[in-house]
Amino acid sequence: MSGSALAPILETRGLSIRFGGQIAVDQVSCAFHSGTLTAIVGPNGAGKTTYFNLISGQLRATSGDVFLRGARITGMAAPLRARRGLGRAFQLTNLFPDLTVLENVRLAVQARAGIGLHALGLASDHVDLIERARFYLNRVRLTPRADAAAAALNHGDQRKLEVAILLALEPAVFMFDEPTAGMSVDEVPVILDLIEAIKADGDKTILLVEHKMDVVRRLADRVIVLHQGALVADGEPAEVVASAIVQEAYLGVRRSEAAHG
Amino acid sequence: MRFGARLISGDKPGHPVLSVLLIALLVALAGAPFFFPGTRSLAVASQICIFIVLAASYDIMLGYTGIVSFAHTMFFGMGAYGVAIPLANGWVGWDAILLGTVGGVLLAVVVAIGIGLLSLRVQAIFFSMVTLAVASFAQLLATQLRGITGGEDGLTFSVPRVLSPAFRLLAQPLFGVRLDGRVMTYYLIFAVTLVLFLLMLRIANSPFGSVLKAIRENGFRAEALGYRTVVYRTLAGALSAAIAAVAGALMALLLRYNGPDTTLSFSIMVDILLMVVIGGMGTLYGPALGAVVIVLAQYYLQPAMQALSDATAGLPLLPAIFHPDRWLLWLGVLFVLIVYFFPAGIVGSLRGRARKG
Ligand SMILES: Nc1ncnc2c1ncn2[C@@H]1O[C@H](COP(=O)(O)OP(=O)(O)OP(=O)(O)O)[C@@H](O)[C@H]1O
Ligand SMILES: [Mg+2]
Repeated sequence: MSGSALAPILETRGLSIRFGGQIAVDQVSCAFHSGTLTAIVGPNGAGKTTYFNLISGQLRATSGDVFLRGARITGMAAPLRARRGLGRAFQLTNLFPDLTVLENVRLAVQARAGIGLHALGLASDHVDLIERARFYLNRVRLTPRADAAAAALNHGDQRKLEVAILLALEPAVFMFDEPTAGMSVDEVPVILDLIEAIKADGDKTILLVEHKMDVVRRLADRVIVLHQGALVADGEPAEVVASAIVQEAYLGVRRSEAAHG
Repeated sequence: MRFGARLISGDKPGHPVLSVLLIALLVALAGAPFFFPGTRSLAVASQICIFIVLAASYDIMLGYTGIVSFAHTMFFGMGAYGVAIPLANGWVGWDAILLGTVGGVLLAVVVAIGIGLLSLRVQAIFFSMVTLAVASFAQLLATQLRGITGGEDGLTFSVPRVLSPAFRLLAQPLFGVRLDGRVMTYYLIFAVTLVLFLLMLRIANSPFGSVLKAIRENGFRAEALGYRTVVYRTLAGALSAAIAAVAGALMALLLRYNGPDTTLSFSIMVDILLMVVIGGMGTLYGPALGAVVIVLAQYYLQPAMQALSDATAGLPLLPAIFHPDRWLLWLGVLFVLIVYFFPAGIVGSLRGRARKG
């Protein structure tokens, strides 16, 4: 990979968090480079979402550090990390329920534009921001639902909106947490194509938590495996997926997927 | 956007009944001295204006950021004392009024920012408790610092000549109404109310206002987008406090008096809460209508009950039920009925109906 020789854009060193007696993320050291898509796999409860929360600042590490473009951001609040280019989508849909679908996306565009403190102009006068929001809505095929309340969308559409919000932030690092979970089969390709399009930009960093191995094989440049909070494997998709440790984790996943239906 | 729509920042009332009510209110207030002549009606109209500003500014906190503050009357009082102190000390002039208002507003902003930064980091409930403590302390301070605030007795003062009752704008009455200082005071209050209300509508529909709504809906997600909720909530609190202080300055000018009971008391805080809840949180128009309902009830419920009580004098039980001393009970009944039939407030419920229909 061309990016690997350069300094990593994002790095965690010995990153750990403890909830009471339980270690949810255990000494994870890993570097991520621009232009690569890293899939993060592991069974339910492995600590993938928690690892994301430590990187994007929703949780504070018990020990260890996070670096973004070489700067230590371990103690930085989530909003500041977001402004520095860490974009986060959530596994459990996390929207502004009573606002319209368009407004949900517009708020992300507005955050990116950095005009949230403007109190004397009208939000509706920023036509360019509204257009950008519409553009991202269109990319996830939600234009027809633009004026509906976010809470009124079905689950699959809410997942799409979650993705549109992340796209609208135009971050340097995209963090997707199971973006296609619970989507119907015909909706999944829309999201996967979008992720591929971001990848095709070439300079974006993508972290993707994903259970489905076919998706991982299709999209990932690299796969890391978390197991009981620890990083247990790291490498090319084909080799990691075939390894004994992933087979174990993967089988664990298969069981839980069956349980989820 | 058409000019009218721009004036209200594109924030349409959202239901025909609401539009009619609001236009009627605007017309009634604009011509109040002529439509409802008399000192008492003018006092009612003035109070309605002031409470529209006070309740709407409180809505910026409660309705747009979802946090409960008990310090709103404290900020109201800061503006009132800001005007009352120089005037009561014999500095009677527009410069004193302006400077006093600015001083009150600045103090309110500084204290609001202090409370916000100290407590909003922690938890919304902690913020509510801190506002309660600070407001109680301010009340104590106002009653103790007799030399400055006049203590329990408050401060009585004269106002510039134009605003004093003896002033006459025209030698002859206009449409049968004498344009005295009271009418001048009313129009000053009305103009400030109109400007501040339109300003609040604008802020609510600005990018800043949209972030406040986002934070109210889902603060966690707003943070993930890059909005620092503490900063936004603190600024909203400062803004709300500043406008409350201006309302306080108006109240002092209206009464030519200020004391703990007229601007600092917790019963006013309860009134503000009622206005916002009855009218509909997070709509600005709602608290304005709520202010009308509560002020009218305070002024006219008691006399209306007296009349009812007298009219039913010969009948059993009824005179006792409508005895004017029970007016608070009836205000309570009115409140329960409104909350029962309009759970989202008058405006919220009407808008909900418009959306469905
Ligand atoms: N805020 C929290 N407080 C206490 N325990 C937590 C918290 N967040 C996560 N955990 C625990 O940490 C462990 C890792 O959870 P996490 O959600 O990171 O797993 P995951 O790999 O994302 O799982 P899944 O595939 O089901 O999404 C779990 O045992 C979970 O119960
Ligand atoms: Mg997870």
